[in-house]
Amino acid sequence: MKSTILAGALLAFATATSVHAQAIKLADVAELSGGGATVGTNWKNGIDLAIEEINAKGGVLGRKLEVTHADSQSNPGVARAQVQKALDAEPYVLLGPGYSGSVKVTAPLAAEAGIAQIMGGEAAELTQGGNKFLFRTSFGQQSSMPKVAKYIHDDMKAKSVAVVWVNNDFGRGGRDVVVKDLDRLGSKVVADLSTEAGQADFAADVGKIKAANPDAVFVYLNEEESARILKELKRQGVTAPLMGETTLIGQKVIELAGDAAKGARGHVGLTTDAPVDLIKAFRDKFAKKYNYVPDHNGLKGYLAVYMVKATTDKMGKVDSKAFADNLHGLTIKAADEPGILMDVTFSDTGDIDRQSFLVEVIEGKQVVKQVLPKVK
Amino acid sequence: MSNLFDLVVAGLATGAIYALVAVGFTLLWQTSQTINFAQGEFVMLPAFLMLAAMHAGAPFWLAIILGILLSMLLLGLAFKMLLVDPMMRHGVLPLAIATMALAIGLKEAVKQFFSAEASPFPSIVPTGDVSILGHAISLQSIGVLVLAILAVFGLTALLNRTSLGHQMQAAAQNPTVARIIGVPVERMILLTFLINAFLVALASLLITPIYLAKFTSGEVLGQAAFIAAIVGGFNQVRGAIAGGLLIGVLDNLAAAYVSTQYRAAVPMLFLIAVILFRPQGLLGRAEERTV
Repeated sequence: MKSTILAGALLAFATATSVHAQAIKLADVAELSGGGATVGTNWKNGIDLAIEEINAKGGVLGRKLEVTHADSQSNPGVARAQVQKALDAEPYVLLGPGYSGSVKVTAPLAAEAGIAQIMGGEAAELTQGGNKFLFRTSFGQQSSMPKVAKYIHDDMKAKSVAVVWVNNDFGRGGRDVVVKDLDRLGSKVVADLSTEAGQADFAADVGKIKAANPDAVFVYLNEEESARILKELKRQGVTAPLMGETTLIGQKVIELAGDAAKGARGHVGLTTDAPVDLIKAFRDKFAKKYNYVPDHNGLKGYLAVYMVKATTDKMGKVDSKAFADNLHGLTIKAADEPGILMDVTFSDTGDIDRQSFLVEVIEGKQVVKQVLPKVK
Repeated sequence: MSNLFDLVVAGLATGAIYALVAVGFTLLWQTSQTINFAQGEFVMLPAFLMLAAMHAGAPFWLAIILGILLSMLLLGLAFKMLLVDPMMRHGVLPLAIATMALAIGLKEAVKQFFSAEASPFPSIVPTGDVSILGHAISLQSIGVLVLAILAVFGLTALLNRTSLGHQMQAAAQNPTVARIIGVPVERMILLTFLINAFLVALASLLITPIYLAKFTSGEVLGQAAFIAAIVGGFNQVRGAIAGGLLIGVLDNLAAAYVSTQYRAAVPMLFLIAVILFRPQGLLGRAEERTV
């Protein structure tokens, strides 16, 4: 009897081990708590939705995808420890983090391990250091900020601009590019205000904006801080038009800021309100599963997994060491892989080229005003 | 100059909320030698109680009432009976450490049961501006300032002009003598805990529409109110009020005229200066205890 039980247990163990070995393991490190919780939660949910879809259709090359989620607590130090732990488990691909500061300190670890890292950071410098294993899911600031500066100068006709930015890698990177471009175009920066991540009170910053009396205000903060400054701008009666890049007009910001977000404009590389059928279908699936409308971070997480699928399908094998080489220079067409949502091309530096959008918040929603085409 | 006026008004509005929270610090210290390091989290929690009531279908006005009542029950009665009373016999320091643990517990519980993400919170004060001396001042700033000042004046009137207030003062100054003359000291102490819970719930109602409802939102408030209480005078309610308003204005002026990065350092430097040169606080008196 004992030997029968033992044999059964061994068989069960062997079966489980075999199934486990067949699964393709992904590791995700994201901002699931702390200041970036909105970012990380959307990113994680996007990943889970994509994996559920792919596995329901038979997986990748016949193998299921599995993911482990770890919380960086929106802290670069914690992110580094979590990424090291994740890499020790030898994942196929590393997903995340979303914050540029966390990406900056974790990218060398993934590169050293030879594991491709698909992340959500947007700081310009991330892909300018020659890292051959780092890939974006959205535009870097060097791609998006010139479009923002051009819109402020040409369309908003702003001769003077107040720039408010968050004092971290993300904010500094964006500020440096946009200020340089505004200066080049002839729009004068009359207030250059740094704020702190997690800042709760923006009364003084908005007071400075009021005193500068600019033609337009460019706001480049993380989501929760964006909502707080929008409320404070409204509270203090600032009427200058507001321009941002992605975070200012994100769905969560609109929800948090309420009426204060009305009329805010921004450039977005990804939006669930884009006039693209595949994105609308994604939005509906996401909302049905999680009971809320995702922001661009949900799209980023979803796309990250489909980048893994499309690249692996192209290789015809699961090879983590060859993954990065194959993703460089790859163009993935939505007609071939609907999960990629829009045609996209990856450069040799891991940057992306894709169409983008100029949006305005009208009646609590992002409304796309212009579609900017793919560059190449 | 116009900017300075706006900054002072906005600072006073924030400072009035710090004052509400700081008054709670002094009340608990005076009557039960409790230094409540969870005071910031006490401000964070009522907003979530009100949000929970609204999610359950209650209208905003009912959610406010339920939130305040539940706060008085949890942060007043239960806090005193389940944490302060058992820990008090071990001394002030173990109790202070226990409140630190409580702060962590409250934050993690809210994160677990609600979300780590921020949530919007409705404002009881309408948006819009009024013109005062030629300056456009937001109704929200004025509303917050007026409500907080009314609450503080109401509390001061209770303490100084009613028999109940005199009994509370007696219980704080000399509990032994107060007992001899028939003051129900234990009941008076419980009352201060309930008043503190009411004040933090009110502060929560006023500040959360601006700061958003988030499990970490009490950290900044708790620290600012603690500094305000020490700067003003930990043994005087009027000191806590003055300290709150002063720190609110100082914080805003520091952010505007010194640096946003170092704004948090300026009140700290001020705190150090007060401790060095006037340790009893600006309005406190040495070796005196009174509510």
